[in-house]
Amino acid sequence: MSETRSPVVGERVVFKTFPPITRHRLALYCGASGDHNPIHVDIDFARAAGFPDVFSHGMLVMAWLGQALTDAVPPQHIRSFSTRFAAITQLGTQLTCEGHVAELIEHKGEKRARLALTASDQNGEVKLAGEAIIAL
Amino acid sequence: MVDQSAVGRPLAPVTARVEPGRLRFFFDTLGEQNPVYRNDEAARAAGYAATPVPPTYLFCLEMLDNQNPFGFLAELGIDLARVLHGEQRFAYHAPVLVGDTLTFCSQVTSVADKKGGAMTMVVVETEITNQHGVHVAGTARTIVVRN
Repeated sequence: MSETRSPVVGERVVFKTFPPITRHRLALYCGASGDHNPIHVDIDFARAAGFPDVFSHGMLVMAWLGQALTDAVPPQHIRSFSTRFAAITQLGTQLTCEGHVAELIEHKGEKRARLALTASDQNGEVKLAGEAIIAL
Repeated sequence: MVDQSAVGRPLAPVTARVEPGRLRFFFDTLGEQNPVYRNDEAARAAGYAATPVPPTYLFCLEMLDNQNPFGFLAELGIDLARVLHGEQRFAYHAPVLVGDTLTFCSQVTSVADKKGGAMTMVVVETEITNQHGVHVAGTARTIVVRN
């Protein structure tokens, strides 16, 4: 995001697309994140738990949403970042991460924006919905 | 089954170090190319003393250096196979940089049944301080238990 002008409400300031989610990436994320829950990498475990296959860590999707966010906003400007995991993200999902300015606010003299964030699949289904408060 | 008696229960504290090698593995896994994370000079130009961690990595650090990251679920009588992640929140108060050593202090702050008891939502809140005693961040995660 340009630091020389203030964004306007409704403006899309975050946009990034990501490659399809593969078993390989889930295996790498398992090790990289320390989240060794077998439900994301072991199809036998996933089936025994009632799922047709392994599925993505929600935090992998949130990490990509965060990546899209800090492509646009310097990390030190982010005051908070939160998401709701609305739906399971399956193998093969191609995510699009977006953020729109929802509100311009001020907190203790600091000008801030509230960004509405989504991570959606190739059919437009929202997988993660959240927000970030950023300093302008 | 987890119930209200869990509210206020502390989890074992975790101490975690921000190690450059495993942070690089995290970036490689996610295709992260932003120079502010990967290049010391870019980080310094952005005003950091060293390269910073990305927004969700605090969640990872707590698991990476936890001797038994799912132990608290077992202690609460929750089966790992029945767990989904419902919500995740981060509040950032000060930068977290490569080389920092962080302490994570967590407790269960809420337990609520949903959909007539078909699901239970458990909230765990965590306060994170660095090696200088600076309160760098707070997090909250909501765990959904499929009953």
